[in-house]
Amino acid sequence: MQTRYSAHIYGWLLLLPAAVLLVAFTHAPMVSAFVDSFMSTPKGARPARFVGLMQYETLIEDPIFWRVLGNNILFAVWTIPASIALAIAMALLVNGKLKGRGFLRMAYFTPTVLPMIAVANIWMFFFTPDYGLIDQIRGLFGGGPVNWLGQQSTALYCLMVVTVWKEAGFFMIFYLAALQGINPSLYEAASLEGASRWTVFRRITWPLLMPTTLFVLINAVIGAFRLVDHVVVMTKGGPDNASSLLLFYIYEIGFKYWDTAYASTLTVVLLVLLAAVAVFQFTYLDKRTHYQ
Amino acid sequence: MNRALETIAAWVLGIAWILPLVYAFWTALHPTEFSTRFDLSAPWTVQNLVTAWNAAPFARYILNTILLCALVLVGQLILCTFAGYAFARFDFWGKTLAFLLVLVQLMIMPDVLIVENYQTLSRLGLLDTIFGIGLPYMASAFGIFLLRQTFKTVPKELDEAARVEGCGPVQILWKVYVPLAKPVYLAYALVSVSYHWNNFLWPLIVTNSVNARPLTVGLQVFASVDQGIDWAIITAATLITSGPLLIAFLLFQRQFVQSFMRAGIK
Amino acid sequence: MHWLKGSVGAVALAAAFGIGGAQAQPVELSFYYPVAVGGPVTKIIDGMAAAFEKDNPNVKIKPVYAGTYQDTITKVLTALKGNEPPQVSILLSTDMFTLIDEDAVVPFDDLAKTDDDKAWLKSFYPAFMENSQTGGKTWGIPFQRSTVVLYWNKEAFKEAGLNPDVAPKNWDEQVAFAQKLTKRDASGNVTQWGIQIPSSGFPYWLFQGLTTQADAILMNQAGNEVYFDKPGVVQALQYWVDLSTKHKVQPPGIVEWGTTPKDFFERKVAMMWTTTGNLTNVKANAKFDFGVGMLPAGKRFGSPTGGGNFYVFKKASQAQREAAFAFAKWMTQPERAAQWGIDTGYVAVSPAAWETKVMKDYVAGFPPAAVARDQLQYAVAEFSTHENQRVAKALNDNLQAALTGTKTPEAAMKDAQREADRILKPYK
Repeated sequence: MQTRYSAHIYGWLLLLPAAVLLVAFTHAPMVSAFVDSFMSTPKGARPARFVGLMQYETLIEDPIFWRVLGNNILFAVWTIPASIALAIAMALLVNGKLKGRGFLRMAYFTPTVLPMIAVANIWMFFFTPDYGLIDQIRGLFGGGPVNWLGQQSTALYCLMVVTVWKEAGFFMIFYLAALQGINPSLYEAASLEGASRWTVFRRITWPLLMPTTLFVLINAVIGAFRLVDHVVVMTKGGPDNASSLLLFYIYEIGFKYWDTAYASTLTVVLLVLLAAVAVFQFTYLDKRTHYQ
Repeated sequence: MNRALETIAAWVLGIAWILPLVYAFWTALHPTEFSTRFDLSAPWTVQNLVTAWNAAPFARYILNTILLCALVLVGQLILCTFAGYAFARFDFWGKTLAFLLVLVQLMIMPDVLIVENYQTLSRLGLLDTIFGIGLPYMASAFGIFLLRQTFKTVPKELDEAARVEGCGPVQILWKVYVPLAKPVYLAYALVSVSYHWNNFLWPLIVTNSVNARPLTVGLQVFASVDQGIDWAIITAATLITSGPLLIAFLLFQRQFVQSFMRAGIK
Repeated sequence: MHWLKGSVGAVALAAAFGIGGAQAQPVELSFYYPVAVGGPVTKIIDGMAAAFEKDNPNVKIKPVYAGTYQDTITKVLTALKGNEPPQVSILLSTDMFTLIDEDAVVPFDDLAKTDDDKAWLKSFYPAFMENSQTGGKTWGIPFQRSTVVLYWNKEAFKEAGLNPDVAPKNWDEQVAFAQKLTKRDASGNVTQWGIQIPSSGFPYWLFQGLTTQADAILMNQAGNEVYFDKPGVVQALQYWVDLSTKHKVQPPGIVEWGTTPKDFFERKVAMMWTTTGNLTNVKANAKFDFGVGMLPAGKRFGSPTGGGNFYVFKKASQAQREAAFAFAKWMTQPERAAQWGIDTGYVAVSPAAWETKVMKDYVAGFPPAAVARDQLQYAVAEFSTHENQRVAKALNDNLQAALTGTKTPEAAMKDAQREADRILKPYK
């Protein structure tokens, strides 16, 4: 630009304030989580000392960790496809001509602006055995009470339902935008050829939505590992850790038992998982979207 | 036939999606004994809202939340504008690497680094302050990325023209780029406010007192169940918590939806 | 408010401490208090704090309401690590070891100067002091203490052909009554359960009722050894599991603590185990006659004590510690303890409180209020060890595993024992 160096200087000066905060709250903590995972937890007067791989040995032998990791993967495997499928369905529905389209769009999107912590309290009532809403409805058809949050086989799935409910409408927005960007002449051509609606979706709509799907996918994966507010409200991870997720376990270890070194070790695991997703994003997704 | 089925499906889904909110209104606006019975002749009351409002310092929580959202937003707008401008229009040493490092935060948000960030905040002496809750979020990779993309679409000729008139880089930013990016700023602001209004785990960890506690944490403290749940009061508190943002959403639905769209497709 | 009457004496007391007027600088105390549902309790505490300030103009109390007991200890430890701990707090009596290990609190003995102070330290029910003392020092002062009691719906008893005024006295009767009280509709769905013993959140506490009745103990006095895999403990768990699986008189799976009173009000359950701290709540919301009784006996009667103690924190100035001491003393004076018990349902902490006129009048008009006191003679200290939260989690998780049928009681208690042994190893 103006002189030889001014671009460098201006560039860095402009970037500096943001860079300081990014380093302080993202990069430095990543490094220190890694470092702390090789240390012991400081207690009272005893400072932290180097313990090598001890924390990782604890991790491998910790049945709760494996259970929580399994839960979280299961949680991701169910909620991500379910919310994406519902989001596409919603977008297709409210993109067409439909009675009450405006209301429906609002209805689908509303959960996005409600605090998870607040709606989790409401959902907790829905899942209450016997007089909770779900059991009342089941009761109309002769169903008996089910202790949804109080048995290991259903607790995690209840949390999944809440997550899908919260996220589907959010993802719908992106699909709606993508649908509106599709050239209508493509559909006209298809209908001239007499293609069925399913064929149209499979051959035209779905491929054209692909970039959106990948974008949403990344968001959904982050969400699956980041959002644990409903765990705090609805189950506290119980019964017997059946509904605990990785970040919630980190919270328990770090801020209830104050085993900060072990919490750092768990954080490293979470970071590795997220990094794997990031690598996928940069190698696979990057080529399709526009980070130019 | 197909159309009719679709309409029915859409409505069933819509009703299922809005049901929790409808239930919250029902329970909050009826006496406790109707919180599990859906009787159309049930008397209406605002007593639950009054009780909840008086039982905890919600006014203070709302103020805290507004301050928090405003503080974070102002910080984000300033920092991300500068950084986005730097990435969009300056070729400086290490730019590619710096940009990659910024993008790391898209994947690894401060939310997952609670243990380490808590220690940092403790060292800075910022625990239990609204500023402390907001600080880790002020440099937002998402905001930087969004503004970089937007600034890149600004025609270079406008830039040149301003320079000819003798404007410095910051003046150009202020006079040319910022006005052109107004819709993006609005979009970003709505997304950011929604996020921080609803954020919970980090504020829960960092705050101890009423002076800093945002609504979400206040609600959780309020709704704890050591002595049994009163659904009517809890749903009333839930409505208080979601209320301001919900009203804003209902009033400015179109802007909200378009903002989330705009923020997403960049 | 009756307890204001007692404040004249407190002024004299405060003067004796030298906190009334000796210092020009007001002493500020940040006071963490666990309040669950934002009910009238915050108002009562605010009122008491204000009355104390009036008596002691040089002390400012800043109450911080922090949620459940679990949330509050988490907050206190968080604040401690952040170098801003409160000066005084109500926390679970069982957090004593944790607080000592963190070097966070000071014993009350060191602050007791006058004979009156020392007499005050000895004025509480011994059952409550078991959790407040270790190594010959008093670390906590009982404030809002409770035990587990049995509530029953008298109308449901009548409908089932039971004497509405007689509660089950032992484990067998408890099952037999519950069987009569469990109602099913035509399709076999239960419309009213016989009994609920909550198992969410802190199942170990209610479980301790059962183990005590089975004449088993869960831990040693030093808090570094647990006995989860002993036969009596396994037997107690088997009884609890059987209520759901064998006798089918309790809902299967985890019974939510928070909704259990609501279930009781809704007549979904005829008998429930819950804290005496719920007495006022039940009195206000049950639309039927109810009874309150001691927990039924197994080999013996028994219930754990529970609830919160005052703690004074180390990171406070000498003046703050003295003010905190005075505050705890002021709050537990007989008149005030009595009124607090009446307002909330917690057990008034000293025999002297039960001798006050307000309390005597109250008990005369509402006899259930005295049940918890009468149960105290059979009460044991609430489960408490070093690394309390973690050891309790090991127990809780495995209790829940047994109650949800993924482990047998025996296997569950073995696993809990192994995990607890591992955690407690450094404290042996």
